Amino acid sequence: MQHSILKSLLMMVLFFNSVGVYAKNIPIIAAASSVKFALEEISQQFTKDHGLKVKFSFSSSGNLMRQIRHNSPFELFLSADETSVLKLHALGLTLDKGVQYARGRLVLFTAKKSPIKKDPQLTDVRQALDDGRLKRFAIANPDHAPYGVAAKQVLQKLNLWHDLQKRLVLGENVAQAAQFSSRHAVQAGIFAYSLALKMKPEYGSYLLLPETLHQPLRARMALLKSANETAKAFYKYLQHAKSRAIFEKNGFYPP
Amino acid sequence: MDWNALSLSLKLSAITVAFLLPMGLIVGRFLAYHHFYGKSLLQAFLAIPLILPPTVLGYYLLVLLDGGSFLGHLLETLFGQSLVFSFEGLVIASIIFNLPFAIQPIQASFESIPREIREAAACCGLSPLKVLLKIELPLAWTGIVSAMVMTFAHTLGEFGIVLMVGGNIPEETKTLAISIYDKVQAFDNQAAGVMSAFLLLFSVMAISFTYLIAGRYQRHYA
Repeated sequence: MQHSILKSLLMMVLFFNSVGVYAKNIPIIAAASSVKFALEEISQQFTKDHGLKVKFSFSSSGNLMRQIRHNSPFELFLSADETSVLKLHALGLTLDKGVQYARGRLVLFTAKKSPIKKDPQLTDVRQALDDGRLKRFAIANPDHAPYGVAAKQVLQKLNLWHDLQKRLVLGENVAQAAQFSSRHAVQAGIFAYSLALKMKPEYGSYLLLPETLHQPLRARMALLKSANETAKAFYKYLQHAKSRAIFEKNGFYPP
Repeated sequence: MDWNALSLSLKLSAITVAFLLPMGLIVGRFLAYHHFYGKSLLQAFLAIPLILPPTVLGYYLLVLLDGGSFLGHLLETLFGQSLVFSFEGLVIASIIFNLPFAIQPIQASFESIPREIREAAACCGLSPLKVLLKIELPLAWTGIVSAMVMTFAHTLGEFGIVLMVGGNIPEETKTLAISIYDKVQAFDNQAAGVMSAFLLLFSVMAISFTYLIAGRYQRHYA
């Protein structure tokens, strides 16, 4: 009896071990939440073209940078900004400075029944703030999410930051900011164009914000020290015209 | 140390305890002394938060409390604002999440009072209210206190639900646990360390306290 329990335990250990060995050939790629949909499409194409697979871990760029500094097993890092990558480079954790792969854009989003009208200078947001129509405004957390930093710059430039403070709902990453913005309780939000494109019209609608309102969102990527051949191939693939086209289709601009 | 987050967490814990003390007493005592059809089912239902992933409760609260739903709309007219991304929403979440932590110890302590004692008191002519005040509560107090301490401490550390329905608003939904998470993300390990140490110390004190009074109780009455 005891013997058979031991045996099945051993079998289980061996089984999970073999899964681990198999997974070792598939690199894990750390990527900003904003590039989720574009990357999934590119990786499908990559697997079709080269027969190789990659796995993703999505989060805010700041969070991923912290994980990479703590020796997480990532092989390639796609950030939504360039400072996260350059900081890691300065720490000697990347192979090189990497390349800029896209430029991100921001949208102003309002949920379906929101009383707020959209315009590039956010004049109605200001109005709504004063007359009480605006109760909650969602952005990503500017402490560690690049799209949150850019959204904060927009609000500062338009002199809304100070007065909006008490109304701000902060997403842990830009995807949560998008999700919050679609809620009835939140009247408007600023987040990535790439995510707004994927939201069904029944949730609400967006307006692309002028790039002059914030520092450009230079999305940079770099291979990390542990990168294997598959990760390197994918890094190259991401710079092909084919991938560029998918990025552009998904709400990014050429670097 | 994020003092705003600390005082917000303490406030949330205190309000949760204020709601759950009477609820725990009524429901706990009722479950201890009454047998009825479907009691096991009701007890199981009240224990669900013990094993339910906080994100599941967070998801349902997000969907139900948001103004789009019927219940959400009703609550919105009642409170004058939507309950997601608000302190009131966190109070509701905490009450639901702490139901078993408040009810179970109270129920157990009422159950442990020998039936003969209560019957003797009634035979001596004590009214049911007097039996409760003079006999039951003095004997059950350890369970009641540990229920409240556990609820308080558990609310201080709540993370998953708050992350999902809170929205990280300073002085409204940015609790201590969320603040620790934020500080770690922002590379502020010192602040995260101080706040974590505080929660660790508080948890150790809370759990030691409940074991201590349970031990005293056993020495007195066992």
